[in-house]
Amino acid sequence: MSTTLLLVQVLNGLQLGVLLFLVAAGLTLVFGVMDVINLAHGVQYMLGAYLMVTATALTGSFWLGLPLALVAALVLGLVLERLVIRPLYGRDHLEQVLATFGVILFVNEAVKMIWGAAPLSIPMPEALSGSIRLMDGLNYPVYRLALLAAGLLVAGGLYVLVTRTRSGMLLRAGATNAPMVSALGVDITALFAKVFAFGAMLAAFAGAMAGPILSVEPGMGDGLLILAFVVIVIGGIGSIRGAFVAALLVGLIDTLGRSFLTDLLKLVLPPSDATQAGPALASMSVYLLMAGILFFRPRGLFPAPA
Amino acid sequence: MVSGRELCRAGVAAALAMVLPMTALPGVAAADPVKVGLVSTLSGPSAVLGQHMRDGFLLAVKEMGGKLGGQETEVIVVDDELKPDVAVQKVKGLLERDKVDFVAGVVFSNVMGAVAKPVTANETFLISGNAGPSTIAGAGCSPYFFSASYQNDQNHEVLGQYAQQKGFKKVVLMAPNYQAGKDAIAGFKRHYKGEVVEEIYTPLGQLDFSAELAKVAAAKPEAFFTFMPGGMGVNLVKQYRQAGLADTIPFLSAFTVDETTLPATGEAALGFYSGAPWAPNLDVPANKAFVAAFEKEYGYIPALYAAQGYDAAKLIDSAIKSTGGKLSDKEAVRAALKKADFASVRGNFKFNTNQFPIQDFYLVKVGKRPDGKVETMVDEKVFSNYGDVYAVKCEMK
Repeated sequence: MSTTLLLVQVLNGLQLGVLLFLVAAGLTLVFGVMDVINLAHGVQYMLGAYLMVTATALTGSFWLGLPLALVAALVLGLVLERLVIRPLYGRDHLEQVLATFGVILFVNEAVKMIWGAAPLSIPMPEALSGSIRLMDGLNYPVYRLALLAAGLLVAGGLYVLVTRTRSGMLLRAGATNAPMVSALGVDITALFAKVFAFGAMLAAFAGAMAGPILSVEPGMGDGLLILAFVVIVIGGIGSIRGAFVAALLVGLIDTLGRSFLTDLLKLVLPPSDATQAGPALASMSVYLLMAGILFFRPRGLFPAPA
Repeated sequence: MVSGRELCRAGVAAALAMVLPMTALPGVAAADPVKVGLVSTLSGPSAVLGQHMRDGFLLAVKEMGGKLGGQETEVIVVDDELKPDVAVQKVKGLLERDKVDFVAGVVFSNVMGAVAKPVTANETFLISGNAGPSTIAGAGCSPYFFSASYQNDQNHEVLGQYAQQKGFKKVVLMAPNYQAGKDAIAGFKRHYKGEVVEEIYTPLGQLDFSAELAKVAAAKPEAFFTFMPGGMGVNLVKQYRQAGLADTIPFLSAFTVDETTLPATGEAALGFYSGAPWAPNLDVPANKAFVAAFEKEYGYIPALYAAQGYDAAKLIDSAIKSTGGKLSDKEAVRAALKKADFASVRGNFKFNTNQFPIQDFYLVKVGKRPDGKVETMVDEKVFSNYGDVYAVKCEMK
């Protein structure tokens, strides 16, 4: 286990973390501000990737396709909010889970009917298709570094938006006491619709950005959704800062666990047992982390003010 | 209690099964169409495999004028949703309600594990279009089970044998952490005697392999073998290429690069290896005709699943023809199936004692066709007339 390999794996972990953050940010906003459990957040990530496939095919360019896909995702988010989410405000969480789970089934099938069941791909933009030699025999695609940078930029932007702007203030106010904000003359319905659509667009951004390195296929968001829930629970529901820290933490723990746990276990166990136990423990590590954090901080790392 | 009731129901079903054909017998050849239940995975992330198999099967039936063995044929397509319990339910419907003469298809081994018993216990012939679990090839073999595909280990064995022949001294193996993944690794190691420096198991459904690829690069093996089906394989192939490993370490795989994933990976997979009993460019007249007809009909390049689906239909056709359409004589049908008297798109094809094929296996390599599309192409023959290792455990004659 060389230092270079460790550094490469830390970089990999950060990059997974940033991707998770992009998905979790929208989820935590919708959950925290609107008190809606939106299981359909994963399909919004998937839709972002599929819209990007079509948008890049239409425009022939990654850079023109990206805003097009994002606008389309925003519009779809507004439609979904109007049709499915709005009637669910103030309803039981279980009903929200049922309805948004239905949306998952519906959208997954719809995507298959429109784009087909076979995995698709998004071409990598020319300017970012190069790679850097990080260690002997391994190139690191520039695109992955760009993804990391884009995620950090979005995180910074969100932080400013939530803490420094009027919209952010309303958002925080709405999360604390929606009826009061409404009584002060703010159109809370419109605010919620905007928050939801914005969250959908963030997820779509993650999907569109992940497209060139991952395959675009039906159900691609389902696995990520579970991790995103882990992230927002660890981070504290409704907290963007919490989501950011937790996403990086989850990304790092998951990646480092997968990379080194088997080797570490080999120090104490026979090799065949280590290859059995290592991967099993590694896939548990994130959940162990969550259990551990919740034990000491039941409301997450950065709980929203009550 | 439950078993008693089920026994009772089975008894009624058996009685009905005995009475019904007798009353219907006089009109059988003229009026009753041959019924085939085609079980395939048509929803969920793996639906594309099932789509290939279904299309291959239906193409064969269509080419023969909607008939199998010269008789009007009704193909009832059911979606197993890749859920064993759903598959069992639907297969029971095929057997009891539709009274099918054959059940064909089944992409995944876990589904096969669930449906094989109900079908063969009902004395209905089950023609696998893909799944070939070791249990059914070995001690659990059945006179009513025929495989038109391969035994699961064999495609992995091709790569192990190739790595051995090539004299690769150090390899890294990687597979998802579930039964089929472990079988893949075991299959590779059956003929490979060199050093396995690293054996990596990943969670099923993993999207990003950057951590694993860094480990591969650090281990500096002479070859890399993986079994990474579906979307996982697409991700892995693209990331392997992007990490620059494709230029230094040969990528050996099974069920990872094929015509179901190549539309997504495209040229990133060029030069990657796989093991299979068939490839679209396999130089067999029946295959040339099949691939041309398939592309014309559906507009995409067939994968192994499509070829096996096509062969399964041809196999059933040959058996019906040879028995003169008398499907009630199970022994005769079985004998006819065993002859494998059809022009397989794989050329060389006959049945072993366990009713799995004895056929040739090839190392195939992803290449570009003159029209610019990518497909797997035969690189070299690795096994000739190769049966599986489980046949000896099958006590059937």
